[in-house]
Amino acid sequence: MKDKNLVDSALETKDVTCVFQVSQGFMKGKKPLAAVKGVSLKVPKGQVVGLVGESGCGKSTLASILLGLQAPTKGDVLYSGESASGFNRKDVARRIQPIFQDPYSSLNPTKTIRSIVSQPLRIHNVGDPSEWNAKVAEILDLVGLPRRAAGSYPSQLSGGQRQRVAIARALIMRPEIVICDEPTSALDVSVQSQILNLLQDLKEELGLTYLLISHNLAVVEHLADRVAVMYLGRIVEEGPSEDVFADPRHPYTRALLESVLTPDPTLSVPDTHLGAVFPNPIDPPSGCVFHPRCADCIDKCKTIAPEPIQDGDHMAECHLADRSCQ
Amino acid sequence: MSILEVENLTVDIPVAAGMLHPVRSISFSVEKGETLCIVGESGCGKSLTSLALMGLLPKAAIRRADKLLFRGEEIGDLPERKMAHLRGGAMSMIFQEPMTSLNPAYTIGDQLMEVFRRHVTRDKAAARDRAIYLLEKVGISSAASRLGQYPHQLSGGLRQRVMIAMALMCEPELIIADEPTTALDVTIQAQILHLLAELQNEFDMGLILITHDLGVVARIADKVQVMYAGRTVEEGPARAVFDSPQHPYTQGLLRCIPIPGKTKRGERLGAVPGIVPNLVGDLSGCMFRNRCPHAAPVCATADDSLVTGPDGHANACIRPEPERVAEAVA
Repeated sequence: MKDKNLVDSALETKDVTCVFQVSQGFMKGKKPLAAVKGVSLKVPKGQVVGLVGESGCGKSTLASILLGLQAPTKGDVLYSGESASGFNRKDVARRIQPIFQDPYSSLNPTKTIRSIVSQPLRIHNVGDPSEWNAKVAEILDLVGLPRRAAGSYPSQLSGGQRQRVAIARALIMRPEIVICDEPTSALDVSVQSQILNLLQDLKEELGLTYLLISHNLAVVEHLADRVAVMYLGRIVEEGPSEDVFADPRHPYTRALLESVLTPDPTLSVPDTHLGAVFPNPIDPPSGCVFHPRCADCIDKCKTIAPEPIQDGDHMAECHLADRSCQ
Repeated sequence: MSILEVENLTVDIPVAAGMLHPVRSISFSVEKGETLCIVGESGCGKSLTSLALMGLLPKAAIRRADKLLFRGEEIGDLPERKMAHLRGGAMSMIFQEPMTSLNPAYTIGDQLMEVFRRHVTRDKAAARDRAIYLLEKVGISSAASRLGQYPHQLSGGLRQRVMIAMALMCEPELIIADEPTTALDVTIQAQILHLLAELQNEFDMGLILITHDLGVVARIADKVQVMYAGRTVEEGPARAVFDSPQHPYTQGLLRCIPIPGKTKRGERLGAVPGIVPNLVGDLSGCMFRNRCPHAAPVCATADDSLVTGPDGHANACIRPEPERVAEAVA
């Protein structure tokens, strides 16, 4: 069932929606909360796509749908053009692996590094157990850990080393796609750069495809080929990094970019004019969901939800981005 | 006169393996309306420094200082009762985690008013007015109705605003903010910092901001102090430190972060290899030497005190820049 047009994308979502039923309290009914609303995203093979947005915008729900940990309410996920509906949990895990934010809680403290890193081999029953040690040694070399680390426990390693273990575990089955969920935000500045360099080297060496979820736009700009900006369950802007960073079309993207604090002592703290209040996702605003916080809001925004406006391969979902209208 | 003047502040903590030296003779001062940023990575002693100033160190810790002057008065040997009067009153603190530093069992109104009623007046109505005034000041709408809410009903950004309002309740002259925006989203971070800078201007307070984020430091600081392994390795006016970092550690840190527009996409970032040294036992020489690209045998023994240049820009590198450059060329 391969679709010829899609072969170049390693990962694709088609109109994916995920709705949770949220309890409103004792003896009260449940209300639907759409964490992800009709998201269509393409991750081209061998590229890095950055996914940015505030907490609560649905980034992590989207990530767990992509990892096959959460079934979408509607829509389809495609791996290299093949629909995930025909896959079981193991098939998905072979293709796509996560690296999580906090290496202090994502590694089992009672297991040795060898056991943590070789667990995917055990689960998928790959080859002969006698080869596993060699495989572990090989992957530790690859992520820049000494081979003797295999016998240690996570508590004996520093934060940066632990994150390397998490990367080794994700890569030992040689997946095609890696989802990096805030891979460096729990780490110190000097360690962060080492991990970013490593991720980049590994991508080139193994031909990996990354979906990089981060709130640090400087990191996203540094690594990503394409960027998708998410707000309240929708992707509101998507396009090549250069375009999005140089010419942001959506006011939310502009506010995000203004909020990035570059170490430039000649500038002061920016005033983004965004209201403090993130809207309640159970009861989203009418029209364009961003309108209560938008500085450029016009009357139309309050009632009519904007359609995606495509300009080349740069998409923005905003009435004001529609240049033909202006 | 400086609001706060600290000279040779040292914190020692006895541990099983011997004596831990997390903060070793650091000195700084803050003027009215001035922002001092203390920047460093985890374990460099920046948070313990702030706790030492507030007298909130763990019981086992030993604090020593040649001078610890607040408004010109020595506070190093104040009894706990007097210190408690200062704390939350004339000097107050904003902590990192707004999730854990508010009491979940009390409404934010109770918590805001408690500070005021303890330090200023028992008058409940006055405390309530002050709380409403400050909540509006920090940008919280319908402040009066918020007073009855519990912390869990507020978002992270709102909670941090409540923390700021609480710190301001008694018109402090000095605020110590320990990583006030680390747990927040980028957009909220910018708003909170903007608010802090505005309020500081309006009330003419001294502000000590402790952070690991160089972007935050560059945008808000008047003075910067870079800490490594319990020592100040570089300090000076923000502009000078960012434009021409002198200490190899500061230089390394600044090379580690991608800067949009300056760092090329996909280019390798700089790194500071190695790990933070163990601070237990007798320490000598420059503690950065095992990670430093310019280290020489002399670094193991020499004195790592700050040497101040003409513009107030000081650094603790034992080998001055010209010497290091000459070596690199050779």
